[in-house]
Amino acid sequence: MWRQKSKKMPVLKGYKMSEYVIETPKGKWEVIVGLEIHCQIISQSKIFSGASTEFGDDPNVNVSFVDAGMPGMLPTLNEHCVFQAVKTGLGLQAKINKYSEFSRKNYFYADMPTDYQITQFRYPIVGEGKVKIDLSDGSEKDIRIERMHIEQDAGKSIHDLSPTKSYIDLNRAGIGLMEIVTKPDFRAPEEAGAFLRKLRSILRYLKTCDGNMDEGSMRCDVNVSVRPFGTDELRTRCEMKNVNSVKFVMQAIENEAKRQIEQYENGLTVEQETRQFDPSTGQTKVMRKKEFAHDYRYFPEPDLPPLILSDEFIEKVRQDMVELPDAKKKRFIETLGLTAYDAMVICENQETADFFEKAAQGHDAKKVANWMMGDFFAMLNKKKCDIQNSPVSAENLGALVELISKDVISGKIAKDVFEIMSETGENPEKIVEEKGLKQVTDTSEIEKIIDQVIA
Amino acid sequence: MTDITKLTIHETLDELKKKNFSVTELTKAYLKNIDQAERYNAYITVCAERALEQAKTADQNYAKGTPRPLEGIPLGIKDLFCTKDIRTTAASHMLGNFVPPYESTVTEKLLNDGAVFLGKLNLDEFAMGGSNETSAFGPVVNPWSKDVDLVPGGSSGGSAAAVAAHLCAGATGTDTGGSIREPAAFCGCSGIKPTYGRCSRYGIIAFASSLDQAGPIAQDVTDCALLLESMSGYDAKDSTSYPTDVPNFVRFLHEDIKGLVVGMPKEYRPEGLNPEVAAYWDKTAEMLRARGAIVKEISLPHTQYALATYYVLAPAEASSNLARYDGIRYGYRASGDCHLDELYIKTRTQGFGAEVKRRIMIGTYVLSAGYYDAYYLKAQKMRRLIHDDFMKAFEQCDVILTPTSPITAFPIGDKEMLKNPINMYLNDVFTVSVNLAGLPAMSLPIGLAANGLPLGMQLIGKPFDEGTILNVAAKIEEDAGFERL
Repeated sequence: MWRQKSKKMPVLKGYKMSEYVIETPKGKWEVIVGLEIHCQIISQSKIFSGASTEFGDDPNVNVSFVDAGMPGMLPTLNEHCVFQAVKTGLGLQAKINKYSEFSRKNYFYADMPTDYQITQFRYPIVGEGKVKIDLSDGSEKDIRIERMHIEQDAGKSIHDLSPTKSYIDLNRAGIGLMEIVTKPDFRAPEEAGAFLRKLRSILRYLKTCDGNMDEGSMRCDVNVSVRPFGTDELRTRCEMKNVNSVKFVMQAIENEAKRQIEQYENGLTVEQETRQFDPSTGQTKVMRKKEFAHDYRYFPEPDLPPLILSDEFIEKVRQDMVELPDAKKKRFIETLGLTAYDAMVICENQETADFFEKAAQGHDAKKVANWMMGDFFAMLNKKKCDIQNSPVSAENLGALVELISKDVISGKIAKDVFEIMSETGENPEKIVEEKGLKQVTDTSEIEKIIDQVIA
Repeated sequence: MTDITKLTIHETLDELKKKNFSVTELTKAYLKNIDQAERYNAYITVCAERALEQAKTADQNYAKGTPRPLEGIPLGIKDLFCTKDIRTTAASHMLGNFVPPYESTVTEKLLNDGAVFLGKLNLDEFAMGGSNETSAFGPVVNPWSKDVDLVPGGSSGGSAAAVAAHLCAGATGTDTGGSIREPAAFCGCSGIKPTYGRCSRYGIIAFASSLDQAGPIAQDVTDCALLLESMSGYDAKDSTSYPTDVPNFVRFLHEDIKGLVVGMPKEYRPEGLNPEVAAYWDKTAEMLRARGAIVKEISLPHTQYALATYYVLAPAEASSNLARYDGIRYGYRASGDCHLDELYIKTRTQGFGAEVKRRIMIGTYVLSAGYYDAYYLKAQKMRRLIHDDFMKAFEQCDVILTPTSPITAFPIGDKEMLKNPINMYLNDVFTVSVNLAGLPAMSLPIGLAANGLPLGMQLIGKPFDEGTILNVAAKIEEDAGFERL
């Protein structure tokens, strides 16, 4: 009964090709999605204390008196976390707010030692920005960023070690987070997926967050609502907390949208509530109804003065910026002649892009890209190997392409050579030399051989 | 020889330098006083052994000729300052057995300057109160009491009582809405609350973070100057402490006040002001005029809103600051196996006293969705106006003179006071504005009321101008000739 169409729908005013329409016997619906992403800031120490942020240490070893919420302890802001936040803001092409404020978000929970979270509420450090996403049909779309603020992470409650007790690990308590809030600009699960991949790519380029959703250093809350296709009303939304992979985010959107449509089509309403995504079933279930929503009693954090950024500080961050994936992609297309798709894939992470540039240095960049997209990635996948540990170095891949370009070897032979390279790590010239694989292109040489054979 | 515990700190330092007695003798004398004055209930914890060890070190430093600025001065510490390895209770059942593994910056500075710590002084629970009756360790008795036991004021009631009764040479206090100045006034002591940001709040158990400041209570103005100098200074561990130099406060005491402009706010003379208080106020102005100061009337037009503003903002911050006392990590935890929410409820119901609970509830209410704008936000705006009142007034005067409290010490368990908490809050009418504006202010004894109890005068200064306050206070002190116990 569910039929999803894409690309074939008539293009409505203001909509792009990536339209995602859920069609039921009763009508057509579209989905409206906004994301809130918590990103752990890469920093040696926590955002308001000097304790280490090391992941995977024994429980409760990286906990200062401040992190434990001891009486009389006060937070002090880690300047590096501010640096990282501004850098991320610049990466999101966002407005950097020179004035921002910290607030307390009050709620009781065992892994929140002060029973309030220091966050930013009315005045976030980063304002509106945008992220360009690349869709599978080759189109691009801008997703608007509403804001980004910085705050402290909570500890972890561990409920499955004992049937009667809960355990608390405060190592994570106080680690700096950036919370990125998008506008409700997504109209398809694919768009949300593309956004998360692009965001992760940007954060990794910037080295401000490692973006590992499975380790929880990037966590996503998904807000979903639906409406009859073609209307512009905004209906009640539901929030799904901590959906922990790109795949799950897409799945959660799809299934939650279907659930809401079913509600409406059965004459029911959708209630504003917080829901939990269950990765094993792909379904969502109620976590907290609206009437049980917390009253967080936000108020300005009196222990920290407003955060005022100087032009010099922002300039210092700007100096530290790197070429981001979009700019790199554009350059690879425009100056190196790559296809949009190849450029996008190669630019998704910086190590790949760097490898490519090194390999393409002085050689046919397009051919290098082809090789990377084909045999090279296939080899890495097969060997389950990071590009940093590739047995085939960038220089050697470039040299291999050079041998093909100069007709020293044929494309077919090159595949054999590459096979040997990936086993031995040797350079292609040496392999070709030793194995006598040189292609003969001198016609007089060939004639000589023919004569010999006929004779 | 006279009683060495009756000497001021500056006199004691002179005597110690002259080697007229040792720090050990002095410390023993104070410990003996403490033993004999248990009825005042000024101390929650006495650290006799530790004090004698510190005294020994101090004696060695005198012998070597290398005494530090406060070498061997026996002090009492308000039990709101975390002291490493010494139980710190905030006078609450909630922290009844809490021993901090760290030292507050202010007490660390005093230790580094050679002070000896006799013990931890009683206070209102979490510094919430104006009579020291909310302490989980029982009320403190004002040493000026005659037939009836009187309150020492609060919240630094133990500090003021201990100084007045010579159970320490000087004491630390904290002041959120008058908690140094009111007890100083009630007990005939001097006490100064410096500018917000002058002393580090690191390691002081927070009541209302944007208002809390540490300061000394002592026998006279010079002692306050000496102690304040040691306690002050920027601290990277407190982001609200102010990066400015600490002046030599004692040097200000000898400056002339000729031509200095003293403001008397007309709003501090409401109809029905106790005539004795009004008379002392005018008399003080006369003394200053006689010394060449110019006294003029000023206006602080938003004064009438200060109490309401304070009793919205202070509880709001307190409700959040005290959330951490939940029984999970340290301090009191209700017994019995129960669900997390139930544990919170039981622990906090049993661990906190009535006044603390009242303020947590007020604070929670004023921050709630739907009430925030009407209460908290409005109070923040009023706070700004009150601050601006003072800034405008200081365009016309150098220092402001007011009474410290509209009344003298009242009996413990006074029915009128207990009938309605508002009656108690009204005693703070002259002190809370100063905290809202973040200004320095001092109380010093001016004389006795007809009931034989001390009255205090308050001097309010410009930001970081404690020097002028101390200077004017020294002149009033000299002219008033107040006789201590």
